[in-house]
Amino acid sequence: MSDTSPILPEGAKVVICIRGLRNAFGEEGEQQQVIHDKLDLDVKRGEILGVVGGSGTGKSVLMRSIIGLQTPEDGEIEVLGENMIGREEDEAKNIRRRWGILFQNGALFSTLTVAENVEVPLREYFHLSPTLMDEIAGYKIAMAGLPADAAPKFPSELSGGMVKRAGLARALALDPELLFLDEPTAGLDPIAAQNFDELILSLRDKLDLTVFLITHDLDTLYAICDRVAVLADKKVVAVGTIEQLLALDHPWIQEYFNGPRGRAAAAA
Amino acid sequence: MATRGYRKGDEHSDERIYRCVGSLTISRAATTEREIELMPDGMTIDLSGVNKMDTVGAWLVYRATRDRGARVEGASPEAEGLLEQVRQADVPVRVTPEEEGTGFKRGVSELGEYVVEAGQILFGLLNFFGATLIGFWQVFKRPQQRFRMNAVVTRFDLVGVRALGIIGLMSFLIGIVIGQQGAVQLRAFGAEIYTINLIGRITVRELGTLMTAIMVAGRSGSAFAAQLGTMKLTEEIDAMRTIGVSPTEALVIPRMMSAIVMMPLLSFYAMIMTILGGGIYCWIDLEIPPLTFVQRLQEVIPITDVWVGLIKAPVFGFVIALVGCFQGMLVEGDAEQVGLRTTNAVVQAIFLVIVIDAVFAVFFSSIGWI
Repeated sequence: MSDTSPILPEGAKVVICIRGLRNAFGEEGEQQQVIHDKLDLDVKRGEILGVVGGSGTGKSVLMRSIIGLQTPEDGEIEVLGENMIGREEDEAKNIRRRWGILFQNGALFSTLTVAENVEVPLREYFHLSPTLMDEIAGYKIAMAGLPADAAPKFPSELSGGMVKRAGLARALALDPELLFLDEPTAGLDPIAAQNFDELILSLRDKLDLTVFLITHDLDTLYAICDRVAVLADKKVVAVGTIEQLLALDHPWIQEYFNGPRGRAAAAA
Repeated sequence: MATRGYRKGDEHSDERIYRCVGSLTISRAATTEREIELMPDGMTIDLSGVNKMDTVGAWLVYRATRDRGARVEGASPEAEGLLEQVRQADVPVRVTPEEEGTGFKRGVSELGEYVVEAGQILFGLLNFFGATLIGFWQVFKRPQQRFRMNAVVTRFDLVGVRALGIIGLMSFLIGIVIGQQGAVQLRAFGAEIYTINLIGRITVRELGTLMTAIMVAGRSGSAFAAQLGTMKLTEEIDAMRTIGVSPTEALVIPRMMSAIVMMPLLSFYAMIMTILGGGIYCWIDLEIPPLTFVQRLQEVIPITDVWVGLIKAPVFGFVIALVGCFQGMLVEGDAEQVGLRTTNAVVQAIFLVIVIDAVFAVFFSSIGWI
C-alpha cells in the first residue's frame, strides 16, 4: 500500500471514514451519470484535508453525502465513529450537532441578522438565557474575524468576504469538532482569501478542529492543508502532502500542480 | 455523586469556591450559568477537575472573572488557551439593528416614511407607465425588428390558455351561487323569473370581467413580478441591457400585450361560463327551460352591457401587467424581496382594478349605458 492511499493504516485516529461510496444520478442504464464509484477516503483527526478535483468530479456531492444531504446508492460513511447511512432523523441530529458547515455562498438566513443567524443552532439545541446567547453570538462573530458592527446587519448588507465569515461564525456556533468548508475562498479577493486562510488555520489550532475543505484555490492548498485528496476517475485517486502528490505520475495531478498557476502558488 | 457545582462544606470548607468537575461545555451551559449566578462576588473557580471544555464553558468562566471579580485556578493549558481565546473575542455586540426613537416619535416617523414610500411608488409607477408607452411606440414604429412574436405567443399560452380551466370552473360555480342566492330572495316577492335578469346583467356588466381580472392578477400578475424579480436578482436583466436588448421590449411588452389581449377573451369566456352555471341552476331548481332562459337573456341584457364588460377588460389587463412588471423590476437585494414584491403586485393590481372599475361604473352610467 503506497503512502498516498486514501485509506489510512490501522490505528490512525479517523474522524471520517468512507468505504465503497457510489453516487449516481438518473435511471440505471446507459443514461446514468455515475459521479462516484468505489470511493474510499479517511480523514484524520485534527488535520486540514483539502479536496481538489476538476469541475464535475463530485467534490460537493462527496461533501453532501457525508453530511447526509445526499443519499448514496451504495457504500459506508462513518463520521465521528457513527454510521451515517440510513440513520433516523433523531439520531442524526446528535451527530449534526458536532459539525459545522460553511456553504459556498454562505447560505445565511436572509431574514435574520448575522447575530441571529449564529443563534439559530444554539436555539435549536439548547435552552440558554437570551443574554448568554447574545454573548455567545458576539464572541463567535469576533472569532470569525468580523467587526462588532456587522452583528446587527442583515446578510444583504454584507460584502462577499463578510458573508463567508458570518457563515463561518454560524458553523462554529456549537463548538464543532468537524468543520466542512465548501470553497471558502471562492469569490474573495486575494487579500481577503489569504486572511480567511489564516483564520481557518488559527481556528483549527485554537479550537482543535478537523477541517474538510473543498477548494480550487491553489494558494489555500499550499498555505493551510496538511493533506490533499485528489478526486478523479470517480474516486479519490490519491491523498497526501503536495510533495507526495507531485511524485505521482497521474496526468491530472501533474497538470494541476505543475501548470503555470500551480507553479506560481508553489513559489509563493 | 455530585461531581460538579457549588458545594458548601467540602474539604476546603469555603463557600466561595466553585468547583467544576467533568465537562464544562455548551450542553451544561444553562446550569453552569445559574450556579455561577448564585455564587458570591470574588469567588474562586476551580477548574482542576475539568476534563472537557469548549468556548461556551470558557466564556462563562471568563465572564465571571470580568464582571464578578472571580479568580480561576487549576486551569489546564488547554483551558487557559480557550479562556484567552474568548477574552480576545470579547467585544460588545448588538444582535438587532438599532431602533430610532421611541413611542410617539417613532410612530410619526414610521408614518412619514410610509407616506414618502407610497408617494415614491406612485411616482415610480407613472414613470414605468411612461417607459412602457415609449417601448410600445418603438415596437409600433418598427414592428418587423422589434416585435417579439415568440415571446408574445408563449405568454398568450401561459396567461390565457392555461387559465381556461380554473377561470371556467370558478365562473361556473359563481353562476350557480348567484342564481341560488338571487332565487331565494326573489322568491319572497314571487319574482323568481327575475333571477335571469340578475344573473345575466351582473355577470356581463361586472362580475365576469372583475372576477377574471382578480384571477389573472393572482395567476399572472404574481408570476410576472416573481419572474422579473428573480431575473433582476440573478443579474439577467443587467446582462440584457449590456448586450443592448431593452428589458422593456423583451420582457415587459410581451407580458403587457398578452394580458391586454387575453383579458377580454378570458372575460367573455367567464361570462359565458357564469351564465351557463346560472342557466343550469335555473333549469334544475326553478324549472326554467334552457330555451326560455336564453330567450329572456336576450331580452333583458342590452348590448351596451356587453360593451361595458368588454371595454374594461383590456384596461384591467394592462394595469395588472403594469403593476406586476413594475414590482418585479423593483426587486433588489435578496430573495425575500421577490416574495414581498410579488405580494405587493397582486394586492396593488386588485386594488387598482377595483378603483378603475368604480370609475368606469360612474362613466358608463353618465353616458347613459345603464
